[in-house]
Amino acid sequence: MASFRLENLTLGYDGHPAVHHLNGEFATGSLTAVLGPNGAGKSTLLKALAGLLKPIAGTISRKKDDAKEIAYLPQASEVDRTFPVSVKDLVATGLFQRRGLFTAQTKQDESAIAQALNDVGLDGFAARGLDTLSGGQFQRTLFARVILQDAKTILLDEPFSAVDSKTTDDLLKIIAHWQSERRTIVAVLHDEELVRRHFPDTLLLAREPLGWGATAQVLTKSNLLRARQIHEAWDEAAEDCERDEHDHHH
Amino acid sequence: MRPQKIVKEMSMTTIIDFLFGPFIDFAFMRHALVGSAALAVGACPVGVFLMLRRMSLAGDALSHAILPGVALGFFVSGLSLVPMALGGLVAGLIVALLSGLVARNTVQKEDASLAAFYLVSLALGVALISLRGNSIDLTHILFGTVLALDRQSLLMIGAVASITLVALALFWRALVLECLDPTFLRTVSRAGPLAHSVFLILVVLNLVGGFQAMGTLLCVGLMMLPAAAARFWAKRLEALCLIAMAIGIVSCWIGLLVSYHLNLSSGAAIVLVAGMFYLASLIFSPRGVFGQKPNRAQHKAA
Repeated sequence: MASFRLENLTLGYDGHPAVHHLNGEFATGSLTAVLGPNGAGKSTLLKALAGLLKPIAGTISRKKDDAKEIAYLPQASEVDRTFPVSVKDLVATGLFQRRGLFTAQTKQDESAIAQALNDVGLDGFAARGLDTLSGGQFQRTLFARVILQDAKTILLDEPFSAVDSKTTDDLLKIIAHWQSERRTIVAVLHDEELVRRHFPDTLLLAREPLGWGATAQVLTKSNLLRARQIHEAWDEAAEDCERDEHDHHH
Repeated sequence: MRPQKIVKEMSMTTIIDFLFGPFIDFAFMRHALVGSAALAVGACPVGVFLMLRRMSLAGDALSHAILPGVALGFFVSGLSLVPMALGGLVAGLIVALLSGLVARNTVQKEDASLAAFYLVSLALGVALISLRGNSIDLTHILFGTVLALDRQSLLMIGAVASITLVALALFWRALVLECLDPTFLRTVSRAGPLAHSVFLILVVLNLVGGFQAMGTLLCVGLMMLPAAAARFWAKRLEALCLIAMAIGIVSCWIGLLVSYHLNLSSGAAIVLVAGMFYLASLIFSPRGVFGQKPNRAQHKAA
């Protein structure tokens, strides 16, 4: 059973495609890493899965009642960390899907918030202001919100990019726990070793898929080499464009 | 009674007279106090949200944008409140909506489109007033006449404040999330654009509510200065709004006294007092210039 099925999916901005002709599916309960060079379209793919970006062509299909069942944690989160709210206030926004605009929070919500903070190792942080948190503590706060969202599908964009190794280990445990609860998890990552150790499935993306399946079969030497070559080819293409522009000025 | 005590009591009465006398003696001062304080109750929390959205100057722009509407209202029926207020509301909303539309559908960012539309609107307003009316009318519109608030104006200000408080309470969650984490709001709800529109309407509504008392130039001062001052004292949004309201109300009271005793323009006096609160907060607050810089010590804690 597929959580997401992608058919001939092409994504991009202003008509410039970032992801070409992607076919495949993220199975329900799967834990997939999306790996690839910079500019490969990894974050773009995640945005599209989250419903924030309309495909240029092709489709993303998923079960209809799952529409609101997605928790998306963007890269370098857009959260305004100077905003005067507490850790608890931010985590509580994870209840939005259930409580909506107007419904009051219940006693159970209170204990769910406390439990989520406990799960991410932030006991005693509830009343702290966002501006007092370290990068690692802030990422833990956002994970607590994802816990509270209780979504069937969880999309994580570079969740470990700004955190230390202890925090990474703790957050990986939470991800493993989510998988044991049969949630579908897709995470954009760049650390190949970490993916090999913790992620059963991998999508190797370099604008087009170079491999999608069991991590050991996807992360072969030849596939990784191809990814690097394609990346270098973009760099040259970028130089070409600059040269062109330069010529226009003459 | 010993003479020393008499002096003391006399000075007490003088102080009480100085602080409360004008409001006890004159109905127009009472009206001015009630009107401007009610204005502060609605406008200050709106100012807090403007500040937190980094739109502090957008309030200023919109306060200028309402001018042609006010002028048209003035054309139709002279210095009469309802047509001028309605005109201002329509003009402000048109500018807010147009700049939002341009920002969403073109490469231009909202600050640039808002600047363009408000400048055109402001020039249009000045041109309209110069066509008809004299400089005294222009002075009224630009600087307000808080000392001439009649029953109708007070009712309007009261209505604006009530609508503002109810709307803020209803849309609180969406408004907070739209500032705090707009991407998250987009993934969980479609309320974002609605909350944004409601908020812009509230801004314009409060500017229109304030233009008669404070003038179109200065009504934004009562909105932004208490909010900016309160930011130095409060760490939580709810406290921020309440402190801003308190600073706004006290600014109105002291400002009106200053205006009465020194014969100053009342709107200017109120905004100057609010400015004093801002400067004092900047200097004396623990989070101000001489206070501890936040974050530094804790930066590497984890």
